[in-house]
Amino acid sequence: MNIVNFTPVTALTGGLLIGLSVALFFILNGRMIGISGIASNFLISKDNRIDNFLFLVGLILGPFIYNLISGKEINISISNSLILLITAGAMVGFGTRLSSGCTSGHGISGISRFSLRSIIATITFMLVGILTVLITGIL
Amino acid sequence: MNKILSLLCGIIFGIGLVISEMINPEKVLGFLNIFRNWDPSLAFVMIGALIVSTPIFHLFKNKNKPVFSSNFSIPTNKELDKKLIIGSIFFGVGWGLIGLCPGPAITSIALLNTSSAIFVVSMFTGFYIASKVN
Repeated sequence: MNIVNFTPVTALTGGLLIGLSVALFFILNGRMIGISGIASNFLISKDNRIDNFLFLVGLILGPFIYNLISGKEINISISNSLILLITAGAMVGFGTRLSSGCTSGHGISGISRFSLRSIIATITFMLVGILTVLITGIL
Repeated sequence: MNKILSLLCGIIFGIGLVISEMINPEKVLGFLNIFRNWDPSLAFVMIGALIVSTPIFHLFKNKNKPVFSSNFSIPTNKELDKKLIIGSIFFGVGWGLIGLCPGPAITSIALLNTSSAIFVVSMFTGFYIASKVN
């Protein structure tokens, strides 16, 4: 194993902001953030729909505001095929709702609560993610 | 007030994903590529988030009520069931194939990237299917 592209300072800084968002939302609104929960509830449930919608709008405004403040461009590259994008997107959507949480809902909010369910979910999706990358790298 | 707050929390979360570069699928795939060229950054993002959210949760969970809402809403399900494991396996495969999870996927809509937009539409379809199955 080689360590590559490691950016501990920006990773920790971004992480602190994510933690701040989760903490503020809990103290003020009383809910623990999970993005898959917020997004799917926005789609299927009338409860808190405006709050959920505004949170998602905020997420999308994030990169614009970052760009405005820092002047830095944000570039990402995704070169996967259409069929792979559709398959993976559906698996992420279906899987996170079946298990009631994603990287934020289980990985951050759930682990903050010391929830055993969330700890097991996080270990499972990380191990499966590692295995998937290992297999696709060999193929 | 909680409307403005929801927007603000979304913005802070989104900026956090940009600064930590978790919005970039290559960075996430680098973390999952533990047996070859490993980028440990994602672990530091989680540590950064947890050192803020964990103490705040435990300090405030027993208060009477949140500031702008009538009661706290904390998940009560403690059952370690098949849905938890099967769902996490599905999520892990999808996550490992592209390197996008729900937060970064939705945030990346801002970048007008066609691939991530397709992923997001498909992900919402997955949410809908799961709501019918559950």
